[in-house]
Amino acid sequence: MCTVLTTSRTALLSLLAAAGVSLSLPAMPVQAQTLRIGLAEDPDLLDPTRARTFVGRIVFSALCDKLFDIDEQLDYKPQLATGYEWSPDNKALTIKLRQGVTFHDGEPMDAEAVKFNIERHKTMKGSNRSGELKPVTGVDVIDAATVRLNLSEPFSPLLAALADRAGMMVSPKAAKATGENFSSNPVCSGPFKFVERVAQDRIVLERYDGYWNKADIHFDKVVYTPIPDATVRLANLKSGQFDFIERAASSYMAALRKDNRFKTAAITEIGYQGITINIGKSDRAKQNPLGKDARVREAFELSLDREGIVQVVMDGEATPGNQWVAPTNRYYAKNMPIPKRDVAKAKALLKAAGVPNPSFSLMTATTSDAQKIAQVVQAMATEAGFDVKIQSTEFATSLNLADKGDFDAYVLAWSGRADPDGNLYSFDACKQPLNYAGLCDPAVDELLNTSRTQSAVEERRKTFEKIAAQVLEERPIVYLYHRKWLWAFTSKLSGVRELPDGLLRVDGLKLAP
Amino acid sequence: MTTYLIRRIATILPTLVFVTMLIFGLQQLLPGDPALVLAGEEQDPQVIAYLRERMHLDEPLPMQYLYWVGGVLQGDLGESIRSQQPVLELILQKLPVTVELAVLAMLIALLIGIPAGIVSAVRQGTAWDYAANGFALWGLSMPNFWLGILMILLFSVHLGWLPASGYVEPWVDPVANLKAMLMPAFVLGTNVAAVLMRHTRSAMLQVMNADYVRTARAKGLSRRVVILRHALRNALTPVITLGALELGTLLSGAVLTEQVFTIPGFGKLIVDSVFNRDYAVVQGVVLVTGTAYILLNLLADIAYVIVNPRLRS
Repeated sequence: MCTVLTTSRTALLSLLAAAGVSLSLPAMPVQAQTLRIGLAEDPDLLDPTRARTFVGRIVFSALCDKLFDIDEQLDYKPQLATGYEWSPDNKALTIKLRQGVTFHDGEPMDAEAVKFNIERHKTMKGSNRSGELKPVTGVDVIDAATVRLNLSEPFSPLLAALADRAGMMVSPKAAKATGENFSSNPVCSGPFKFVERVAQDRIVLERYDGYWNKADIHFDKVVYTPIPDATVRLANLKSGQFDFIERAASSYMAALRKDNRFKTAAITEIGYQGITINIGKSDRAKQNPLGKDARVREAFELSLDREGIVQVVMDGEATPGNQWVAPTNRYYAKNMPIPKRDVAKAKALLKAAGVPNPSFSLMTATTSDAQKIAQVVQAMATEAGFDVKIQSTEFATSLNLADKGDFDAYVLAWSGRADPDGNLYSFDACKQPLNYAGLCDPAVDELLNTSRTQSAVEERRKTFEKIAAQVLEERPIVYLYHRKWLWAFTSKLSGVRELPDGLLRVDGLKLAP
Repeated sequence: MTTYLIRRIATILPTLVFVTMLIFGLQQLLPGDPALVLAGEEQDPQVIAYLRERMHLDEPLPMQYLYWVGGVLQGDLGESIRSQQPVLELILQKLPVTVELAVLAMLIALLIGIPAGIVSAVRQGTAWDYAANGFALWGLSMPNFWLGILMILLFSVHLGWLPASGYVEPWVDPVANLKAMLMPAFVLGTNVAAVLMRHTRSAMLQVMNADYVRTARAKGLSRRVVILRHALRNALTPVITLGALELGTLLSGAVLTEQVFTIPGFGKLIVDSVFNRDYAVVQGVVLVTGTAYILLNLLADIAYVIVNPRLRS
């Protein structure tokens, strides 16, 4: 009976359509839509525990939901969690979970699953998350929708970690079954599930019908294609092969803004671009004129015009900055504003330090941006009396030299973390892995550790001001600017949310026909 | 012929052993610690230690070499540390793509290069000759990546005829596959077409003045038969050798072309792996490429013997 009715209705519709009659019919089937995204690199392992690249996080945004997410103001908002509460001594975090959520294999995303995931992050061999969750000593399952994370000491950056890969939950059943090979067929609880991956070619995801927020998902598929060359990536957008590209080249932005076929976004990043100075990483610091004397480092900073660097290197598509967070960030230390360029003072400082013409090498990766920074910095510093020798080094080699302390100064960027601790602790605390400068100051360490125990914003901000007063005087890193995540997409795409972590969220996105 | 073949194949084995040593040795000269690169932004010491252990980086070099060669002899080329895929699987996934690109490029090169070389030699000193030489000069001097970007701008962005980049498997959609491969194959083939044209031209000029060609003409054979059956057949001998060598060049040329057109082939695999210090992949890819090069030379030698019967004795 049903078939007959359907057939009759189809036949009637065909007749009406053939007669040129237009009808407004409710619930007409919507054509399958695919969102095609051009990435600047090929992601690494699609396993939140072992992933290590920024670009991988873009794919995870559609594939794996997290306990928390961030909003435009870097506030934490619930995703798989619905709420949280710190214990009075800040040594336990109780998280309420969203109920009825399932993984892509149909398994429940409950408190047991969260416990499994946190323990997996902490104990799996090769886990990149164990450091982020170091203070977590155990997970208690209170009930199916409540977990408690117990900490060895108060650790306020934990929420930021749980709003990133450490907060991504994978299906325990799938993780147990595939072990180390989980990344070849990841099973999470995000709006899209994994279909296939061809290395260096494409990652295909398909809508997950059991998603808890499926009303906000308007695509059937998402296809990510890595194209490292910015010109070719843009050509693909222009020729209609992509709907969205990330990290568009700054030099093309002006033209794209005038082209009504496309929309653009420029979001100030949570990371930074800076120059790391070897002040104590190795014996070479003792021969490094910048490393030996803080006055020479101050002179170097005063010789630089950050606004000029931003204009020349980034075509104006960056925000000048002198700290680990951008001036717009709530934790920016206002007591240490951006110093203006002052060549005369720089010269005077060099004279006072007894080295009017200090010579040092500036190591830089071979990427176009890093090369441009080195050249502009060289030109500016020369005016103050510096002799800057640019040492162009392929990235892998430069990383090795930085790790050994075999450099004077190093042009290095950091993609940033939502909590300032992620931009600071590993770089400035004694003997931390990213402390290429070799800063080791017990007073700074104490302040850094204090900031980790504080959860009130105002209290932490004051501590960061104290840290800034010490660290920015010492100058292990001369911060230059905060890049902007430059996005270009078809004007048919709506609902793009500009979040400072530079990761495209797929919920709410719509593509007009 | 059989003795020749056996002798020729016997020389391949020591060459292959030497190739494995060279690949392994050269890779050790690459500066930079692969564990640091692969550890990502965080540089977690535990992750670095884990990667060193997995890649046997803490062991002496001869042991690392034996691990690798031992695996190779058992058909195990190792595993990509970055993507965790077996190297052999990656190679088998990427090789057909590059081979298709190289074959299409060679076809384009042959279709352009040999006729242009013949016309240029037969019509020496005419406008045809100058045009063919002009093409050769253009083909040799135009950098692949530049030509590629110009073609993308013209045929994809402005005209919208061809996709700007990407790859579609031929069994999924043969037409889309050809559309995707046309520009990269042309870009890759122009250089070889120019080389083939120059060599065909000079070889043809040489044989066109030879006694047997004059005899063929004196016998009253048509110009077409003299050129195609008598002159070209002899002129092609060095061109075949060159063609085989150029096929190797095409494989290396594919590195840049694949980058520009984002073709997920061998070239892109090796470039990305070198920058990521994914040792197992680099070693596997170079080993396969080196072996292919050696085999192509062997095939060229066999073809040489078939075309030139005097070498059979």
